[in-house]
Amino acid sequence: MRRLLCTLIVLLCGLGSAAAERLVVSLSNHRVAVTSSFVGEELVLFGTIEPDPVTSPLRPPYDLVVTVTGPRQTLRTRRKQRVLGIWVNVDSREFERVPSYLAVLSNRPVNNIANQDTLRRLQIGLDNFLLPQRIGSDVADTVREDPFRRSFLRLQTQQGLYRESATAVTFLTPTVFRAAIPMPAAVPTGSYGIEVELFTGGNLVARTNSALDVIKTGFEQYVADAARDYGLLYGLATALMALLIGWFASVIFARD
Amino acid sequence: MQIYLPIADLPVNVFLVLGMGLAVGYISGMFGIGGGFLMTPLLIFIGISPAVAVATVSSHIAASSFTGALSYWRKRALDIALALMLLSSGILGTATGVWLFTELRALDQLDLMIGISYVTLLTTVGAMMIYESVRAILRTRHGMPATLRRPGSHTWLHGLPFKLRFKRSKIYVSAIPVWAIGFVIGFVGAIMGIGGGFLLVPMLIYFLRVPTATVIGTSMVLTLVTMASATVMHAATNHLVDAVLALILMVGGVIGAQFGARTGQKMRGERLRLLLGLLVFAVGCRFAYELVVKPDDLYSLRFVRSG
Repeated sequence: MRRLLCTLIVLLCGLGSAAAERLVVSLSNHRVAVTSSFVGEELVLFGTIEPDPVTSPLRPPYDLVVTVTGPRQTLRTRRKQRVLGIWVNVDSREFERVPSYLAVLSNRPVNNIANQDTLRRLQIGLDNFLLPQRIGSDVADTVREDPFRRSFLRLQTQQGLYRESATAVTFLTPTVFRAAIPMPAAVPTGSYGIEVELFTGGNLVARTNSALDVIKTGFEQYVADAARDYGLLYGLATALMALLIGWFASVIFARD
Repeated sequence: MQIYLPIADLPVNVFLVLGMGLAVGYISGMFGIGGGFLMTPLLIFIGISPAVAVATVSSHIAASSFTGALSYWRKRALDIALALMLLSSGILGTATGVWLFTELRALDQLDLMIGISYVTLLTTVGAMMIYESVRAILRTRHGMPATLRRPGSHTWLHGLPFKLRFKRSKIYVSAIPVWAIGFVIGFVGAIMGIGGGFLLVPMLIYFLRVPTATVIGTSMVLTLVTMASATVMHAATNHLVDAVLALILMVGGVIGAQFGARTGQKMRGERLRLLLGLLVFAVGCRFAYELVVKPDDLYSLRFVRSG
């Protein structure tokens, strides 16, 4: 809702001023196939900044932020504390419907691109992205200094699932850019959204979006589907496999 | 060579996992145990989620205990009647354990419970085994025969009612301790994600005075049935069994177990028990260390649900 409102405001502003820009982007691959040999890959997003309407002047220098969000999931962050000499989980917070993958890619640090209010409003950067936590019966995002929020970001970043890179976007010419989107090996499967936002002079001037899918294919997909849809049969098959291998080994090794 | 695991959702090095299967299989074949208490922590260590690790290890243990059970069956070193008696209460114990597992998981205290039970069980059992085997070794040194089975030595356990005769094991004991042991093994196995062989073998030896000839084979039958049913249960309810991971572990495990069994047969019983005792004790200490020493990271993440 908030995003929609922002978009509307931006659109209205865009209509009001004489000069405006349009983003044209293209993703190297809209489908990442996770196969048995998948060790991660890098997608490339190419794009150009076009004047809109064509006669209007461009206003470089531009800044570009690409935000990639993976399928939503709910995670619990737990904190340990010493109780009677041993370390116990004493406190926990649930992060509701947060992206399983979040990459904020830009051509320079987001804090230099726009002021804090703008970044906060547009949810740009890991510090400004909305991460709703369940605290009691409330669901709300906290201040960025909140220890649970900080730890959540840190742990997700350690796993390579969350990242903020100020070098991933490069301008090939003042209006042609390239963004490298890293997909780590442990990338969650599902639908991903890509939000591309263009800034000049600290203001958002254009935005566009794209999408990609991360899917399991071939044997992996077959096994994962079987495990989910035919749990009992899958379990029986696995148990049978265990017995067969056990029997096979005893036959082979019984001779000598 | 990397391979992507479909259920664990991450790539692993095939040779690393195969090597782990071989190593744990060797140890399990040598001592006649399933090796779950070693394999589960190892899998968690390489980044597989504890839930998937526990579920998948059960199928691996089923495979290696089946190999073992078959070879003991050929040697007639297996007491089916005793195994069935243990199983009847073992299943009840497993069900209770699974129930408590779910409850604790909801309370976020499962890791702690697993940690504490590993520490308590492994250090006590390990220490007991070390003490007993060192005494046996010293006794042989002093020229006395090291007999574990002392004929006529009766404990209070032998005074209990509902006596049953187990012909193959040549024991005449009450059904109550047999049932109790089966229940404890089933319960502990479900909570800790282990087959319980390293607990069952000493329990059968010390409490029921089952002769060493039949104890390992019998223990393997119990492990086989509980772990095979655990595989099916985990797959049917939580969809957590990773067949690809299981396959790699099994292949490594059964090969390792064959070589381990050969080494084990060459060694003297009390030496073997001392080694196993030391191993069990060391793993217990490792868990104690984790509980007591301040963790590198006080925070941890747990997946709740997608969406």
